[in-house]
Amino acid sequence: MRTAGLPLLRGRLRWLRSRGRRDRLKPGSLRVERMSLHGRDITSIRDLSREEIEEVLASARKMIPFAEGSKVAKPLAEKIVAMAFFEPSTRTRLSFEAAVHRLGGNCLTITDAGATSLRKGESLYDTIRMLSSYADAIVIRHPNEGSARLAARASDRPVINAGDGAGQHPTQTLLDLATLQEAFGTLTGLRVVLLGDLKYGRTVHSLAYALAEFGSELILSSPPGLRLPEERREELRRAGGRVSEEPDLRKAVQDADALYVTRIQKERFVDESEYREVAGSYRIDGSVLAHAKPRLIVMHPLPRAGEIAPEVDQTPHAAYFRQAFLAVPVRMALLAAILGARKRGV
Amino acid sequence: MRELKITPIKNGTVIDHIANGLALEVLRIIGVRDLDKDSTVSVAIHVRSGKLGWKDIVKVENMELSPRKVNAIALIAPTATISIIRDYKVREKRVVDLPPRIVGVLRCPNPTCISNQPEPIESEFELTERRPVILTCAFCERRVDDFLHHLA
Repeated sequence: MRTAGLPLLRGRLRWLRSRGRRDRLKPGSLRVERMSLHGRDITSIRDLSREEIEEVLASARKMIPFAEGSKVAKPLAEKIVAMAFFEPSTRTRLSFEAAVHRLGGNCLTITDAGATSLRKGESLYDTIRMLSSYADAIVIRHPNEGSARLAARASDRPVINAGDGAGQHPTQTLLDLATLQEAFGTLTGLRVVLLGDLKYGRTVHSLAYALAEFGSELILSSPPGLRLPEERREELRRAGGRVSEEPDLRKAVQDADALYVTRIQKERFVDESEYREVAGSYRIDGSVLAHAKPRLIVMHPLPRAGEIAPEVDQTPHAAYFRQAFLAVPVRMALLAAILGARKRGV
Repeated sequence: MRELKITPIKNGTVIDHIANGLALEVLRIIGVRDLDKDSTVSVAIHVRSGKLGWKDIVKVENMELSPRKVNAIALIAPTATISIIRDYKVREKRVVDLPPRIVGVLRCPNPTCISNQPEPIESEFELTERRPVILTCAFCERRVDDFLHHLA
């Protein structure tokens, strides 16, 4: 009983110290605008209005020096974010963890579903319900579509979807948008080529939807078996998107502002022969980029598997590593918003 | 009623104006095995109809349908009318209609949807379009327009 007050006192001292440090950091101190996202679940890009997306992106821009470590702030000190990763992930998990650490928070991480009670037959619902009593927010990746929505129902803390099977991956879309906005200063009126697996690729579905909402033009280029499903095209048309198709990659990149390349994901194919037919059917190299505008940027959610030749890395076209970095400030902005960082005096 | 060649019922439910050929599916939804052992079920298939040309009719004694069963019937037989009979008289008659949320009636056609896994949840769909009816899974966002093969 005597020790019960000590952690609280230590926490308070830590908070005061971090406050002092923030004060010393002026004028670089972190100002997080309080958005309407406080306490909200982010399971799909559709959970965010256009204005909310713009707010997250604006906040992410301010987060960049903090994400780089050149400035320091701790608005999430004493906050715990659970990373419930039931499917392999490198970039997504590490960038979420980096985002939490850069904001001064702590992570609880599950990276091996086999080491949890799921293996003993516990439902995902129960696992998340339990986890929500240990953490202030939950980031979930799971192989089943709709699992983040289930998690949001099970949890009384906000849930962020970090990829649910072939379903949604809203924070990837946000960082893709941040990359485009950083490069061009706008998300409206761009011509964006979406290349590769447009059938199973979850990142392109959400990105295409968001770009259509912002009024950019989409040029679809994919192997015949991996075309964007009709249902998704209809959705883009309803969102007012201008969509065309150009299977010839060299023609597709002419006049384009961005080329968004995806990996053909072996794990999404039920039929391996279908995968073998399309694997390696496109590759971005100097000969393709010779047809592009000098300002064209090449994006990729990574990991790549031969879709982009290493020679492209050295050209001004390569934006994929910057895109991978922007994952951190974007996720910082989102975490700060849903956890109400400004309320904590940031 | 003479034309229908099936006798009136004292108490129960009459599902009329079922699109021709779907009576057996409606019976499957009603769950004939769960009925009171003294109940009679009458089915008329391929009956002349002024409105539909041909139709099916199902009459079930001593049973009133739960909202969930009405929703399921509305999905596969949207033209159906449901009459509640008490003491040989029609006490209530209504056209089937779908609510904005349909819970526990259909299975999501996406085999990897979380609602098809052993989780303590019921399937749930949002009514996206009314004509023709299109539903969207509340979990994985899969759109569904073929209901007959996905009844729970």
